[in-house]
This record gives sequence, structure tokens and C-alpha cells, in this order.
Amino acid sequence: MSDEAKGQTLPLVEVTVDGETVRAPEGATLLDACRAKGADTPTLCYLETLTPVNACRVCVVELEGSRTLVPSCSRAAHPGAVVHTDTPRVRHSRKLVLELLASSVDLSLANGDMKRWMDYYEVDAEKFGPSSASTAAGDRDGRRPGHHHAPDGKTAETVAQPVKIHDEMYIRDYSKCILCYKCVEACGEDAQNTFAIAVAGRGFDARISTEFDRRLDDSACVYCGNCIGVCPTGALMFKSEYDRRETGEWNELQQRVTRTVCPYCGVGCNLDLHVQDNEIVKVMSPIDHSVTHGHLCIKGRFGWQFVQNREET
Amino acid sequence: MDLKLLPVEASEVERAAVATIFDHPPDAPGTDRVTREGLQEVRARRHLLLPALHAVQKQVGWVSQGALNEICRRLLVPPAEAYGVATFYALLSTTMRPPRVAHVCDDIACKLQGADELCATLECRFGPPGTPSANGQATWHRSPCLGLCERGPAVLFQLAGDAMDGTVAPAEVADIENVLNGATVPMPPAISTPQTTGTRDPALCLLRRVEACDPASLVAYQAADGYSALRRALEIGPAEVIAEVSESKLQGRGGAAFPTGRKWDAVAKAPATPHYVVCNADESEPGTFKDRVLMEEDPFAIVESMTIAGFAVGAEQGYLYVRGEYPLATARLEHAIRECRSAGLLGPDVMDGGFCFDIDLRRGAGAYICGEETALFSSIEGFRGEPRNKPPFPVEVGLFGQPTVINNVETLANVLDILLEGGPAFAGVGTERSTGSKLLCVSGAVERPGLYEVPFGTTLRTLLDLAGGIRGGKRLKTVLLGGAAGSFVSPTHLDTPLTFEGTQAIGASLGSGVVMAFDEGTDMRGIVLRIAAFFRDESCGQCVPCRVGTVRQEELLQRLARDGARPSAEAQLLDELAQVMRDASICGLGHTAANAVQSAVALGLFEGPTDE
Ligand SMILES: Cc1cc2nc3c(=O)[nH]c(=O)nc-3n(C[C@H](O)[C@H](O)[C@H](O)COP(=O)(O)O)c2cc1C
Ligand code: SF4
Ligand code: SF4
Ligand code: SF4
Ligand code: FES
Ligand code: FES
Repeated sequence: MSDEAKGQTLPLVEVTVDGETVRAPEGATLLDACRAKGADTPTLCYLETLTPVNACRVCVVELEGSRTLVPSCSRAAHPGAVVHTDTPRVRHSRKLVLELLASSVDLSLANGDMKRWMDYYEVDAEKFGPSSASTAAGDRDGRRPGHHHAPDGKTAETVAQPVKIHDEMYIRDYSKCILCYKCVEACGEDAQNTFAIAVAGRGFDARISTEFDRRLDDSACVYCGNCIGVCPTGALMFKSEYDRRETGEWNELQQRVTRTVCPYCGVGCNLDLHVQDNEIVKVMSPIDHSVTHGHLCIKGRFGWQFVQNREET
Repeated sequence: MDLKLLPVEASEVERAAVATIFDHPPDAPGTDRVTREGLQEVRARRHLLLPALHAVQKQVGWVSQGALNEICRRLLVPPAEAYGVATFYALLSTTMRPPRVAHVCDDIACKLQGADELCATLECRFGPPGTPSANGQATWHRSPCLGLCERGPAVLFQLAGDAMDGTVAPAEVADIENVLNGATVPMPPAISTPQTTGTRDPALCLLRRVEACDPASLVAYQAADGYSALRRALEIGPAEVIAEVSESKLQGRGGAAFPTGRKWDAVAKAPATPHYVVCNADESEPGTFKDRVLMEEDPFAIVESMTIAGFAVGAEQGYLYVRGEYPLATARLEHAIRECRSAGLLGPDVMDGGFCFDIDLRRGAGAYICGEETALFSSIEGFRGEPRNKPPFPVEVGLFGQPTVINNVETLANVLDILLEGGPAFAGVGTERSTGSKLLCVSGAVERPGLYEVPFGTTLRTLLDLAGGIRGGKRLKTVLLGGAAGSFVSPTHLDTPLTFEGTQAIGASLGSGVVMAFDEGTDMRGIVLRIAAFFRDESCGQCVPCRVGTVRQEELLQRLARDGARPSAEAQLLDELAQVMRDASICGLGHTAANAVQSAVALGLFEGPTDE
């Protein structure tokens, strides 16, 4: 919803959500209406600050008059729309979307929302059989569109693959990628305008990639970390967090989060410094900040590394 | 903003190949950073991305880092995005590949004609798909349906350099070896319309000119009624043209059966300009070859009918998006467009009638999904062929975001007759709800496979009889109606009239006009598994239900085929998948990916004898 649409001056449209009348500002989506009514509508590829790609389909609702379910995140609320969010049909699709993801992606570090929805829809990750073994490094990046090896049906294919670690800034663990397109959008037109990463390949072999799978430090990436900020599954992660997790030293309970203003330039971005054992372990930015919408540049995102390094030497 | 390019330079050949898509000579090689011009400018060039990738692929045989870099530099496209586009298409290779490639169809119709044996032999001689030959000059790959199903097994040769791509069907091992060893592809292939050979059926409309008129000659086309429909259109004006089309009750032949008149009317009235006309010639539904035959044998008819559509809806530019696997159709259409341009039938003043219309031919590059209308727009615009959510529909927001009429080749071909005989006369043929005649792609276990034109309402039985009945006097086991996205029907439905409503009544659909017959002896499990593999390969990967659902569907079928251990558990899971794909996918591919599988399971085609 745009800032304007939130204003009171715009005309309202009336829609019915699960039998209740909801008034939503003109230009609002069905998702806005569902949330206004208090329906806990799951979303994976949707984020207030990004253009909807409506790819994950977990937010579907039943819209009277529509043959198929519709994605609430990107369907405009038209006057008189009658929406059902909790019918067996809706529950089935949401559950299956989550199960299909859970059966193919490592969701162990998925954010709290996602975990809550998986519980609510009683997701069974093993439903389609035991997970396939991890692929070798580069295997998924080299797959040809339109071709695959026939499965034997003994395991459920996953996207498991080795973690990509190319530098001290952040790592990319695409075994955890649900292909929500958020990082691509944050890197592209919606925020960063760098276009260092895009979706490559097709079908189940689709993946987030730099050109020719080049190393990140060899690509157009400017290390703004905005992709990390929007990733919902922990696929993109600060190296500092990754290393501590590997050694078992990551402890969110011991972390303090301090809000401060980035000192590097005059824009005045808000920084949320996550501090553990007197060390900054990651830097995020509040999504509701009116200027930056959660996005930063390399200095705000990773500048503390230099600060710390300087202190150490 | 800056565009960061790859630190790799293109070779001279690659640079020259990219330059061919620009009207002016190549710029001097630049630095690795170019400033991006205004967004307008960038958008305006992006649509050249796929043609540029094609040009390099054709000349060099693959798209190297240097070549991609050159394309990005000239078109101001970020390399990651260009790579994302290049890796979307099966006919483009982003890794080094030998210059001569045989794409061997192992899809369902060809399986019935020995494709598996052919592939097995190739595997013995050349090694697994993708293995370069000893001299590094050739390789082979398996391919989905190549639209030559009536005479499989089919092969497409993709040849780098100056040699012409081409197809051979039916293909033998020796044919493939010859071409891979450097021979040119034999041309032209046989025509596949049994009704036009021997005593011609005088009632043929859509196939009227097939085999009766030289497809390379505009003069011959004009002598055979060509361009009289456009002349009539100019006389009666756009509104009347649309009225005729509406009265004809013509419905789209691309699969969705939407009323064509309503589409045209909506675009004609759309306030936003410019308007576009797009001809969907991406025919890739397994078992479908009707549009190919029309394009190869009557190419001027496509050009004329697109021009009429442009006149009717107020479009000055048309795009003809031809399947990349159709080299002969592409060559004949390109020739026809050139001829029409020089005869003043395309261009700034068409037929001296005071209106402007031209056609740009675009080639697909191996992606079934690009036949979906919004994916096709993305593909032309230079993006990955990912479908968009509808609404908005193409009549409002179509190609380049503008109001767009998109029609199937066969749909457009019907417009000529509608203008010549009038809408009501056209509506007099067929049934109340399915008017006119229909092209049906008959393949599989019949005596005379091929393309047949029959009035709507003809029964399945009559059609199969027309095709000579079941081959070798065998018994019919099942018919696949509508292609991989359609469904299997049982022989008890032979008296079903082949209409939109008739097929719907038995829970099937006419789809793209596929009628594939299977006899008692067929290994139906192999067929159904191939269909499941097809959808797994062709899903664009955008949405979860289809991206992962098609994978799980194939796995479950393999499990059923292997041990049938818990058939009821698997069948239950298949149902769950079918429902989420149908309900929650973005586009028709996901919506229909379970149709054939579900119908096969319901008919018991998957049970078969187990290894007891
Ligand atoms: C996966 C998929 C593939 C399609 N492929 C084609 C195709 O190859 N040719 C075609 O004309 N329509 C195809 N369609 C249908 C088009 O989306 C669209 O409905 C059609 O081009 C409209 O033209 P018509 O009204 O003349 O049928 C496809 C649809 C889907 C969902
Ligand atoms: S760090 Fe910034 S520039 Fe690099 S990939 Fe992520 S969003 Fe793009
Ligand atoms: S890496 Fe993260 S943000 Fe990017 S597509 Fe995957 S899950 Fe989404
Ligand atoms: S249904 Fe399949 S093909 Fe269509 S958009 Fe979704 S993933 Fe792509
Ligand atoms: S949140 Fe709506 S489709 Fe992903
Ligand atoms: S050409 Fe082989 S199945 Fe159609």
C-alpha cells in the first residue's frame, strides 16, 4: 500500500472478508483487506517495500466469481469483492505450498512468521518421501533448461547444495532459498539499482545467480546487503552470523539491538546494530524508515567491520 | 546508474554477430563500465536481447561470456539479467557446445514411432546426450515434441555458422549421422495433409491452398483468392470487420476458446495507444502441428490475416512469434513478409488504403511456456518467459504494456474466410457453440496420421475412420485429446462430437486440436511418465505449486511405476498436487499439468501388468 493509500482522504471500497464487511482505501489489495479484518494471511514473496511478484502463492484466497484462487497480495480490492480466507480449498493450497517448499528447501532458519504458518497449517515436510542428498557444488548452476535426469521416486528432490562463501561480508546458502525473488527486487529496481543478481535457469532448476555464476566479488555486487535484509529464510547471511552459527557461538538471546544513525553520510539512515559479546554481529535497518525502507549501503551495512578491524589492530 | 560489465571481451565473430541486429555498424569496443542512458532508451532496446542471443548462438554455436558481455554493452542490459534470460531457453547454450547439434524428439508421439530405440542407438554411437563427438564438431540432445508428430521420430538440427537449420522426420540413425558429419539437412519435408493428396476434398477451407499453391509465390497466392479478404476489409471498414468476426462466433484455436470478436472489439476501443497485434505461432503443445503446416504451406495467409487484424483494431505494428524449432516455417514466413513489403501489402500505406502496418518476426528459443500469451510478451520484451498474473488481460495491458490482440495462427487463418463468406455463413458451419471448421492433429496408432480439417461436430470415431482407423487392425486403448495439457479418454467416448462443448461434456477439452491414438499394445506408463517429465521441464519455475508440484508429480508416478507399493497413498498425494496446481498456479501450464496424469490414473492406464 502506498503512503497515499493509507491516508484518510481517499475514497473507501467495501469488501467482504469471511462474512465481515471491511472498508479499505481505494488502491488497497485484498491482502490489505484481509489483514485489516485480522485474518493472519501468510505471505512469502510479498513485502511492503517491494513490487509484488506474486510468485509464491501462499497468500491465495477464494474470491467469489473467480474460477481459481487468487493471490491476495497483488489483487486489487474491488468494490463488492467477496473473499474467503479459511475455506478447505484455501487451507489446502496454503498447506501444500508450504509443504512443497518444506520438502525441497531447508527451512530451519526461516523467520518467525514462516514458522508460525507452518505450524498453523500442520506442514508435513516428509510427506513426499525422504529428502534427496545434496548436489555437488556447481551442479544446479550448470543445469540445462528443459532437461533433467529422471527421478527414481525413492527420494524427494531438494535444492540442497554447498554454501557459497566468497568473501568476509556475506554468504549465500541456496539450500535455503525458496525463490521468493525478494533479493532480486531489492538489488534491482526496487532499491539498489545494481542488478547484480537475477533468476537464472528454468523450472525446478531456477536459481538466483550472478552472470555465469561468477563469484560475488567478481560481479556487479556493491555489498549493500539489502538482499540480506529482505531474505526470509536465512539463505543470505552475514558472514559474521554464519561463522558464529558454524561454531555454535550464535546466541540471539544474548544479543542487544541498538538503534543508531549511520555516521557515514548525511542521509541519516537508521541502523539496528545487533551486538553479541561486545561485537557487532550484524546490521539491519528498520523497514518502516521513511527514507530508506530498510535499505542501506555498504558503509552502513558493513562499515562496522572496518571499525572493529581497526580497533583490533 | 552504472552498468558493470564482465571483464571478458567478445571475439570478432561474436561482435559481428551481435552487430547484425542493429541497423548501424558496431560501436568501438568500450570500457567495462558504461553509463546507462535514460530509462526510456534502455527499455527501448531491451526487446533486442533475444534476437541478439539468437544471432550469437547461430553464428558461434553458444553464448560465451564475451558474447554476453558484448550484448549487454550494446543493449545496456545488466549481465546477470541477460544471463537469466539466456539460461531460460533450451536452444541457447551458455556453455561451450559443438557447432552441430541434433535435437532428437523423445516425446509421446515419437515414442510410438521408435524414438526410444533411436535414442538408444545414438547413445551407443555417440555416448549420452551432450557428449561431443570425437572431432568435437557434433553432439545430440533429447527434445520435447518438435511438431512433426505425424511422421516421427523427428529430429531438429541446430547448426552453427552459415549452414541452415532443418528438420528430418521420420529420421533414421544414418540421417542423423550424415548431418552431424557435415552434410546439409535434406529439404523440403513431406506435406502432412492426407485430405489434399489424391482426390482433394472440395470442402476444405483452411487447407484450401495446401499443396495447391506455391507457398513462396505471392502471385500464386493472389491468384488463389489471396488478398481479397483484406480488400473487402478496406471496403467495409474496421467496425464492420469486427462485426463480421463477432457474428461468425469464431473462438480462439490456441486452447482457451475465447471469442475472437470480443477481443478485437476491446482492443479497438482501448483508449491507450499504440495497439499491437501478436500472432501466437509458438506451437509447442506435444502432439500439435497444425500451425506449422499452415505457416509452411500458406504463409501469405498469416501475413494477410494479421494485416486485417491490425486494420480492425488500429494497430500499426504486428509481431509474429514463431517457435524456434520451426526453421522451415520461419524461412517461408520471412520470405512472405519481404514479398508483401515490396508489393506494398505491408508498410506505410497498405494496398494504397491509407493505413500503415508492418510485421516483425520473432523467434522463440525452446520454451513451451512462451506460448502462454503473457509469457510470450515477456519473451518479446527481452525478459524471461515468465507469465504474468491476469488481470490485467492483454486487451488492456499486453505487449509493452499496451492494448494487444493476441491470436493463434489457426484463429487468424479463419478470419480470411469470415470476410469472404461473411460472418453468418461461417457461423452456419459446425454447431451452435463451435462454429466453422477445425484443424485436428491426428497422430499415433492410426493408418494415416496427419492434419485433418473437419467441420466442428464431427465425432471422434468419424475422424479416426478418416485417418484410416487403428493401425494394423489393432484395438484402440485410449485417445489423448488436447495434448499433454489435455486428457486421455476411453474408447467408450468415440461418439463424442469434437466441439468445445462436446469434449467438455466428457470432462476433456479440445485444447490445441490434438487427437493421439494409442493401441492395446502401448506401454502407457512410459507415455504418462513422459508427460509428467515434460511439465517438470517446461515449468517456468516462478510459482511454487507448479515449480515443485511438477517435480513431485513425476516422482510419485515413478514410485507408482516402480513398485506400486502403496498405490492408494500415491494416488491421494497425486490428487492433492493436482488440486493445488489447478487452484493456486499462476498460469495455464500449472492449471493443466495434472490433467493427463489424473485422467490416466482414473482410466487405470497406469496400472498395467507389474513384474510378478
Ligand atoms: C502453457 C501454455 C502454452 C500455450 N501455448 C500456446 C501456443 O503455442 N499457441 C497458441 O496459440 N496458444 C497457446 N496458448 C494459449 C495462449 O495463452 C492464448 O490463449 C492464445 O494465444 C490466444 O489466442 P486465440 O484466442 O486465438 O486462441 C498457451 C497457453 C498456455 C497456458
Ligand atoms: S549486496 Fe547489494 S548489490 Fe550485492 S547482491 Fe545484495 S543487493 Fe545486490
Ligand atoms: S535468497 Fe532469500 S531473498 Fe533471495 S530468493 Fe532466495 S529466499 Fe528469497
Ligand atoms: S504455473 Fe508454472 S509455468 Fe505458469 S507461472 Fe507458475 S511456474 Fe510458471
Ligand atoms: S505473497 Fe502473494 S503470491 Fe507470494
Ligand atoms: S514431434 Fe515427436 S512427439 Fe511431436
